[in-house]
Amino acid sequence: MKLRRESRANLERAMPWFVIIGLIGVWQVVVTGFGIKPFILPAPSAVYEAFMEHRGPIMHNALFTLTNTLIGFGIGIVVGLALGMMIGSSRLAYKGLYPLLIGINSVPKAAVVPILVVWLGIGQPPAIATAFLLCFFPIAVNVATGLSTVEPELQDVLRSLGASKLDILRKVGLPRSLPYFFASLKVAITLAFVGAVISETLASDDGIGYMMLQASSQFRVPLMFAGLFVIAAMGIATYIVFALLEGRMTGWATRGQQAPMTGGG
Amino acid sequence: MAFVELDNVSLRYGEQDGTLALDGASLRIERGEFAAVVGPSGCGKSSLMKLVTGLHPPSEGAVRVADSEVTGPLKCVGMAFQNPSLLPWRDTLANTMLPLEIVEPHRTQLRGKREEYKAKASKLLATVGLAGFESKQPWMLSGGMQQRASLCRALIHSPDLLMLDEPFGALDAFTREELWGVLQDLWIERKFTCVLVTHDLREAAYLADVIFVMSARPGRVVAAHRVDMPRPRRLDTTYQQKFVDLVHTIRDEIAQVRAEGQRATMKIAKVA
Repeated sequence: MKLRRESRANLERAMPWFVIIGLIGVWQVVVTGFGIKPFILPAPSAVYEAFMEHRGPIMHNALFTLTNTLIGFGIGIVVGLALGMMIGSSRLAYKGLYPLLIGINSVPKAAVVPILVVWLGIGQPPAIATAFLLCFFPIAVNVATGLSTVEPELQDVLRSLGASKLDILRKVGLPRSLPYFFASLKVAITLAFVGAVISETLASDDGIGYMMLQASSQFRVPLMFAGLFVIAAMGIATYIVFALLEGRMTGWATRGQQAPMTGGG
Repeated sequence: MAFVELDNVSLRYGEQDGTLALDGASLRIERGEFAAVVGPSGCGKSSLMKLVTGLHPPSEGAVRVADSEVTGPLKCVGMAFQNPSLLPWRDTLANTMLPLEIVEPHRTQLRGKREEYKAKASKLLATVGLAGFESKQPWMLSGGMQQRASLCRALIHSPDLLMLDEPFGALDAFTREELWGVLQDLWIERKFTCVLVTHDLREAAYLADVIFVMSARPGRVVAAHRVDMPRPRRLDTTYQQKFVDLVHTIRDEIAQVRAEGQRATMKIAKVA
């Protein structure tokens, strides 16, 4: 019984790899089987070759993109947290700011990059700004939601002890919204990548986005796919980091079914 | 002077056209007394809690606690509700110690004397039968155990006033009766002033020195009953003729105010 449960856990851990490897295998078979031209859809083996051939410049560009993404994401966390705390703890701030935030979030960020270029020049500054613009919104909304789920009874308990608003925020509000915050980080980090790459594609002479544009103009499709794979890999890697962090910080919110229940009155 | 005093208090939620929850309610509770408030559902029992603790100001009349008028949230009150509302990210001990992190002078002393306070909290948990559960997370406890922990949280800072809003309402009958005993023991030991809001008349008669009966909405205090049964009361007490008679009397009163309330509502409906 125990053995079976262990092998089940192992299978769960291995599932993502099975899916990815299986997909790549099918892709390889389809491309070679149907004789699809490499400039339409290159086989994974061709993509791998392109990656190995150009790994120096690819890694250089990837590092540039990663840096922009993480800086934009860092600013996004600070601004998103601050906004979320404001909206979540003050009804007035909620009423005032929410429509504006929705408006900002509805604007396609690709359309904002040209404006950012006028203000900030090309290259790193607009990439960081775009990454930030894309990722602060989910953080702000989730933190605000978390704060607004604090039970009114608990607020009464604390207020009748003489707790200040700050006390309630520190002791109950912020811990309560931590699961929401970490959930939003996993979404936000991938959005930050999207933002950085968009900006690099439109206005940069460095980064994965720029490299993809160059490769596209020269019809080097395998190199473009190599770039896509690198972005995807970086996205997954950062996602895993935050998922692990989430598990450590907010284990209480995602308790498993296997936890023992103690009975009695 | 009474410890808690409501003098002709009315409470209206919202502006002029808001619901009138209380209309001219008056009551006096002495220091160290155990008071219960009973009444038909929606009679403003919970509003009474908010008034006494200063969480909501009265629309008319005066609320006095410990000889001074209540103008804002009181400090150093213990509260427990039907929902134990423990913090899921803290273990039972840390949940119990929450008030110590807020109420002075414990707040400033906590850092230096943490072990001492922990021992104090463990001792309190042991008196309600939760010895050995200090490091359990709230969701690992049964409903009754969570409610015990919630009681400990309400009492850890030795408040002068304990406010209980149907604390045992969601529990099964056996657990409820067991916790009456636990609460009574705590009260006999510490002699805090206690206000228990409940719809369980046997619970009120078992625990209280004085029972206030409220009318249907808008609530007034229509009767006060002294319960002069010896302490500690035991479950056997609840089967004595005197106890049964008291519960019957109160039940009749509530039936009457409920009927009046319903007639009043029907009259309003007819006029409309």
